[in-house]
Order: sequence, then structure tokens, then C-alpha cells
Amino acid sequence: MKLFEYKAKELMKKYGVPVPDGFVVSSPDEIEKIPGPVMVKAQVLIGGRGKAGGIKPAESVEEARAVASKILGMDIKGYTAKQVLVEERVDIERELYIGMTIDRSTRSLLIMASPDGGMDIESVPEDRILMAPVDPFTGYQPYMGRRVAAFTGLKGDQAKQVGAICQSLYDLVVAEDAELVEINPLVVTKQGRLVASDGKLTIDSDALFRHRDHSQLEEDLTPLEAKAKELDIAFVQLDGNIGVIANGAGLTMATLDSLNMFGGKAGVFLDLGGTDDPEKVKDAMLLMNEAEPKVILLNIFGGITKCDTVAKGVLEAIEEKGITVPIVARIKGVNEEHAREMLRDAGMIPASGLSEAAELAAEESLR
Amino acid sequence: MSVIIDDNSKVLVQGITGYQGTYHTKAMKEFGTKVVAGVTPGKQGQRVDDVPVFDSVADAVDATGADTSCIFVPAPFTKDAVFEAVEAGIGTIVAVTEHVPVHDAIRFVAVTRSRDVTLIGPNCPGLASPGRAKVGILPNKIFMSGEVGVVSRSGTLTYEIVNAMTEAGIGQSTCVGIGGDRVAGTNFVDVLELFQNDPATKRIVMVGEIGGTAEEEAAEFIKASVTKPVVAYIAGRTAPPGKRMGHAGAIIARGRGTAESKMRALEAAGVRVAKLPTDVPELLRT
Repeated sequence: MKLFEYKAKELMKKYGVPVPDGFVVSSPDEIEKIPGPVMVKAQVLIGGRGKAGGIKPAESVEEARAVASKILGMDIKGYTAKQVLVEERVDIERELYIGMTIDRSTRSLLIMASPDGGMDIESVPEDRILMAPVDPFTGYQPYMGRRVAAFTGLKGDQAKQVGAICQSLYDLVVAEDAELVEINPLVVTKQGRLVASDGKLTIDSDALFRHRDHSQLEEDLTPLEAKAKELDIAFVQLDGNIGVIANGAGLTMATLDSLNMFGGKAGVFLDLGGTDDPEKVKDAMLLMNEAEPKVILLNIFGGITKCDTVAKGVLEAIEEKGITVPIVARIKGVNEEHAREMLRDAGMIPASGLSEAAELAAEESLR
Repeated sequence: MSVIIDDNSKVLVQGITGYQGTYHTKAMKEFGTKVVAGVTPGKQGQRVDDVPVFDSVADAVDATGADTSCIFVPAPFTKDAVFEAVEAGIGTIVAVTEHVPVHDAIRFVAVTRSRDVTLIGPNCPGLASPGRAKVGILPNKIFMSGEVGVVSRSGTLTYEIVNAMTEAGIGQSTCVGIGGDRVAGTNFVDVLELFQNDPATKRIVMVGEIGGTAEEEAAEFIKASVTKPVVAYIAGRTAPPGKRMGHAGAIIARGRGTAESKMRALEAAGVRVAKLPTDVPELLRT
């Protein structure tokens, strides 16, 4: 679960990371006084806000209100700015990058740091990024902070400051079950202080059971995404016109790849996870119908549930909502012949194999 | 011969009295697995499908000599269940549970690897050696005994490919679903090494997907140390960067983890890469 910048900074501050003074508002009138010159920043969960006009300076309360009213409601790459962060402007001497994430290869936390902050970290060459795994048996130790200081060219008191920030980030990541934290840029001010000028924080959604306060946090979801989340169905919006429902991430991706081979393009995909629960299949059918695809491709590999039971769920969904889009259905597993008959009788296009199903759905989508 | 499990594996099921635990205990027994014990705290003395239930893993091991555990407990308790199994001397653990917090996985994977305990998962379908044993939730009916070792990060996609192999008359020696989570107990390289050394495995199928660099690391290992023919399929060729495709593992981030990069690395290591999952049997035959 990605947090908004202001929320990320609140948590960073709680664990001891210095952040600029600021406050968040959802209407310009809420700005009553400012701590000197400020930046007004759109709160959206997407990169590239600055370029899109979502970050603007202001010198006075009047100007801050004027800027805020321009930014609030602004559409930034499909996300609406509902809040702005009004924040003390810092005098920049240097910009660094610092972050922590999960590293699959070493199966541990990874500290990342670069002297080249302030730009898209993906465009920074590998040799300018320090990647230091944290051994799960030792946890974070101060020498790792000294490595970060040396790599980013910080000395003396600033080296101590960056060490303290690393320790704070590690404490935050472990205590709050974060899977990613990034400060980009970490600003070295003209006064010699280190300040987190931007903040990204993603909490592991699998750990929300032990962070009830986070589960209350607002998220930036479209109505369909919110509904999918409630049903524990992975929902991804792509740019084609075929709606794909499958069970399991690997099988879903393989279904998209197969469609592509036959000239079809997926629009929305719903992944039920590794389940073939008929109720969930039915929920997914209803949800998919709301996404209004040109064709629906259903690809379920039945593990423990019988195919005819799954087919029954599909038929119930169609009847309930009077779904009329063409449906290519492929359900594999126990009693699949019977399931295929049921689907054919209901006017669907049954398929027996993955490639066959993909070909039929692609044909139907190009019609 | 088979890898990780065989006819002699004595399996205990942690969380045996839950719906999944009970259902899959029965399915594992039908497959031929020796399920000797179950564990659910507070339910000692009960029986599930004639399998005795114990309060703790240590009690179950003492009474039955169990050496392999299959974990079905809910995600918040999985870390505890893994540590309890390790402490009781279990040598092979299959953690089926999905949605395990990644920081829990980091801790218990560090412990299992340092103690030479084989951990498959979490969030995995488990493994099956047709005609011998199955530990996990893979559907019984898709398998056929044979000479191909299958290793996969995916669940249902593995079933799809194994099923296609069986329909084409190509049997499997052992099929290992290592799971799709970012931090897993066993990776491709671990299983490839086992297959390379297993006389019953003549050819290998590897099913990967976008995200991470495990497939690239596997390609390096294959180039250096695997002499048996390998066929691979990588899911997610058409997945856009930055979008999480289902579970947490399947995402292209920082320009790494693309299907192209994985396919290129595997082809450079002499692996034949299938364009579609249904092409795998054909590539195995030729």
C-alpha cells in the first residue's frame, strides 16, 4: 500500500528523519499562515508531479492559496490531486538519494544510496548507486551508515546525520512493515542540515493485520479498483478491449501473452489468486461486466473445485446482470466436459485449451 | 529417485484441522504420500482422515518420526509455524500459506537456510513426485510419472504446463512449485542443482515470470553447471512496466525483470524458450 507523501513524512518524522515543516490541506481556505517561502505539492501516488505542474512555489499566504486552488482538483496522469502539502522551502546545496527495499537475490533488506539525488533514480547509472544488503541476523549497524556517508561524499557532522537517517529508516521499515522507503532528494541545505525533501513509503499490504491504523489510510483507487480490493481480486487496467479473468498471476500473464500472439489485446485483467472458488468467479464476472470490455475471456484452471460448479457461478452472474458481451470460457479440471456443455447451452464460446481460448477471444475482439 | 521428497518421506501437516489442511491431507494420502501426523494446538487426540493430531510439532515428531512438514496455518502464524518445525528437527518444510508478511519471510528464510533446512515457499503449491509422494496442493490428476523435472514460480500456470505435458504423454520426475513471493526459501538455482544431480531426471522444464532477476541467475547457473536439456517458459511478455501483475512478485521495476531480459539470458545459456505455455511439450519432444 503506497502512502501519500505527507503521510510518509509524518512516519519518517516519528522515527527521527528530519523533514521540512509543513501541513496538508484539501481546500485553499485552510491555509492560514505559512513558515516563510513554501512549496505547494499535489498529493498523488504517481511520479512526475513536478513536470505535470503539481508542484509550485509561493512566497505569501495569498499566493499559496492561489497556487493551491490551481493544483487542487488537477488531473495528474489520471490521478486527481485532492490534497496539497504546503511545506517550508529548503535552500539546496546538494541533493542525494537514499532508500531501502526488499532484495530477492539476497533475501534481505537492501540499503540504496546515491550522490545523484533529485532525478529519476532509474536513470542513474549503476556505479553511482550503492546497494548494501542488511544481514537479517545482524540487522542495521552503524558501519552501514558510514558506508553510505563515504559513498555520497558526506563528512564530519553530515556523515553522522546521514547515519542517523539510515538508522531511522531501518527502524521505520521494520516496525511499520514497509517494503519500500525512498527519500529523493535528501537535501543537504546551505546551512549544512540534511532534510527529506520528498518521501515515498509503501507498506506491505500482507502485514496490515498488525497495523490497524494504516488500514484506515485513504487510498487513491478508482471505484472498480476499490471494489476489486474489497473482493481480494487483483485488478489491472491495460489498454486493450478484452477483459481477462483467470486464477493465479502466472496463468493470468500467460493468458495475456497468448492473446497477444493471436493479435488480441487485454483491457482489464482480474486475477482471482490461486483459487477456483465459484463465488469468487461470479463476483469477478459481475465486476468485469462493469468494466465494459468488448469480449470476456475466462480462463480457470480448477485445482480443487469441480468445473461444473464454477460454470454454474458464471451462469448465475450472467443471468443476474443480463450480461450480453461475448464470453469465451475455458475451465479446466474435474468434470470439464459437463461444464463445457453448460456453457455452450448458455450461448458462450467454450474452449478446451489455453491457445484455443486465446485465439477465439482475439478473433471475437477484432470482429 | 526423486528430489526433496520420496516414498519414505513422513509428512506432518501443520494446521491439519482447518478446511485447507483437512482437504489436502486427504488429497495427499490419495496421491500416496505417507501423512503420519497433524498439528493444531489444543486439538491433541483428534484424528483427521485417520491421521493423529498433536498439540505441538515436537510431540508429533517424537510420536511418529515425521521429517517433512506441510504448513497450512494462516499468514499471521506462519513465521511461528516455521520456527516451531525447525526447532523440532524437521528437515523439509513446505509453506503453502499465501500473504505472509515479507519481513516475516526474511526472518524465517534466513533461519532455515542457515540450519540447512529445505524450505519451499511461502505462497507455493508445493511439490509432487508422481507415483511417490506429494506435499502441497497441486491437483493429483494432472501428473504422470516420467523423466522431466519441472520447477516453477507459478501455481496454476504450472498445472497448465504439467497438464499439457501429461496430455502429450510426457511424464514428470518431480515438479517443484517454489512460489511467487519476493523472498522464498528455495529458488530456481537450488532446484536446478538437485535436478542436475538426480538420475531420474533427464530433462528440465523451468517456468518463470517477470519481476526480479531469479531467471537471469538461473541462466548463469545453467550455463556453468547444467548439462541436461532445459526448456523454459516466461510469463508476462506483454506486461507493462510498473504494474503489479497479480501478486507482489510480478512487477517490472527499475527497468529490471522484463521477460525479454530473462528470455535472452536463458537462450544465451542454451535453453529453448517456448513462446506459449502450450508449446512446452513440443519443445521437449524435439
